[in-house]
Amino acid sequence: MLYGLKIALRYLTASKAQTALLVLGVAVGVFIFIFMSALIGGLAEFILSRTVGDISHVTIKAEDADPPILISAEGHVLAVAERGRARTATLADAPTWVPLIETVPGVIAVSPQITGAGFLTRGAQVAQVSVTGVEPGRESAILNLDGYMVEGSARLGSGVIVLGQTLADDLSLRLGQTLRLQSSGGVSMVLTLSGIYRTGNGMIDRRSIFVSLPTARTLFSLPQGVTWIEIKLADLNAADATALRIRALTGLDAVPWTDGAEQLMEALDAQAQTGYFLKSFALITIVIGVASALLLSTYRRRPEIGIMRAMGAGRGFVVFVFVAQGALIGLLGGLSGAAFGYLALLPFPTREAFRPGTLPMDITQGSYGLAITLTVLGAILASILPARAAARVDPVTAIGQ
Amino acid sequence: MNMLVEVEGLVKTFGSGEAATRVLRGLSLTLQTGEMTALLGPSGSGKSTLLTILGTLMKPTSGNHRMLGVDLVAADDRALTAFRNLHIGFVFQFHNLLPDFTALENVIFPTAVREGRETAAARARGRELLTRMGLAERIDFPSANLSGGQKQRVAVARALMNRPELVLADEPTGNLDRASAMQVMELIGEINRDEGTTFLISTHDEKIAGLCRRQVVVGDGVVTG
Repeated sequence: MLYGLKIALRYLTASKAQTALLVLGVAVGVFIFIFMSALIGGLAEFILSRTVGDISHVTIKAEDADPPILISAEGHVLAVAERGRARTATLADAPTWVPLIETVPGVIAVSPQITGAGFLTRGAQVAQVSVTGVEPGRESAILNLDGYMVEGSARLGSGVIVLGQTLADDLSLRLGQTLRLQSSGGVSMVLTLSGIYRTGNGMIDRRSIFVSLPTARTLFSLPQGVTWIEIKLADLNAADATALRIRALTGLDAVPWTDGAEQLMEALDAQAQTGYFLKSFALITIVIGVASALLLSTYRRRPEIGIMRAMGAGRGFVVFVFVAQGALIGLLGGLSGAAFGYLALLPFPTREAFRPGTLPMDITQGSYGLAITLTVLGAILASILPARAAARVDPVTAIGQ
Repeated sequence: MNMLVEVEGLVKTFGSGEAATRVLRGLSLTLQTGEMTALLGPSGSGKSTLLTILGTLMKPTSGNHRMLGVDLVAADDRALTAFRNLHIGFVFQFHNLLPDFTALENVIFPTAVREGRETAAARARGRELLTRMGLAERIDFPSANLSGGQKQRVAVARALMNRPELVLADEPTGNLDRASAMQVMELIGEINRDEGTTFLISTHDEKIAGLCRRQVVVGDGVVTG
């Protein structure tokens, strides 16, 4: 086989220009494959980070208890207690669960919260808001509040409030001003504006306000427990498995972000499918290119194949020589295409530095190994037909040419 | 002398039906070890077809073909390839060297292809043969850069590489000038004498045929003299 490899190499180096063109063609195919992998992967990463990067990946909600009912001896419902306006359901044992959840592999942050609706009043202006009470020190555990601050500080403490820029503009607010916040339960507090953020998400910037967990306890009359626990993961694709794990560990109803995100998942799936198609076309182009070039080579070298057969080279040897040529072309083209692809992706910002308006290319998702492996396999596959044609060459006819 | 090759009642037909052409019509021939035989006959008489069958590159339509006691008509392609590699050498009219290889690489091809690599022993034998052919200065020359006579001498060296019992030469001097032709024939004669290699040389040239101890004339698909 070593000798067959030598013959294959000699044939490739004998026609340097032709081989170089062939390798270049394969390299371009591999380059497209890698470019598409990085683009599709980067785009998916970008979309996910923009849509679910700042939300809880697994959420544990307190479930409202069923309202008490009065049932007759015959089983008829005679009366149902009216559900109160204020939220009553709490995760009373949250202080116990939080340290336990923090030990689950893949969990990078846990944020116990009290949430509810409220009204923010300044003078005659009133805005309906969504209030989130966060433990001081965990302000940026889920939503990167620190990173979005445009004025003041994200640090929550007693008697302070942090809100979005749109809301601040609507109410003409400045740092240090006092506001009145009234919860849906009717509890009212006067708070000082200590920070303004801008996430770029209109809903959050207009509706969400943040206070400390003790402030929220007072507002929503919850002396203990929380209304939900938000959990952030290192890998948001692991949300389903981690939610199951937390459910098994705590018995709480942990819900992954993917629940209710079917449309997003379908869109990402469709995008991935498009990527597969484009990459498949790149591979098919490589296979056709290698096959046609080697078929041409088979035809051109018919007399030599005839001589080899006459000198005692078996059909298997001839097949090996041509398959080895295909494999070498695939390997060279694969390696050079992967190198070109990597170099071409270097100038693009890293996934952490993706900015709107730039191509979200992710150099780490170039599928370099896969591209090289598939190219070599494709080139080998492409060379089988020419190799078999070469092995069938009749030495008598070929030598007579 | 021992019987090396025996063919009996060889028939070779090309095509079928009305287009069928019978080239060999029951040809019989024997070659003894160490013979140097000229194969004569007009074009189309069946000389090349006979050489091709004797070289195991083609099977007869019918008839017997034995060499070294082996029935070559019954052998399959794999067995014939191995047999050809070990026991038969070829010299063609147009040398038929591998153009992308050096003289030495061409010569050692039959051994390298059998052993799967170019061994030091094979290279030593190749050098020795090329030196004997007067090509010591051309050992590492690309074969494409050699003259016609030099190429044909490389082809003779290649035919002898595996020390075959039989060398089949189809018009080996047909494409050479008189001086080169005589040089090649002298080398063939020398090897035949020194190593006892059997040569069957197809030629139209009476002078070349005269250098062989035996002449076989083929006409209309049978041996006529």
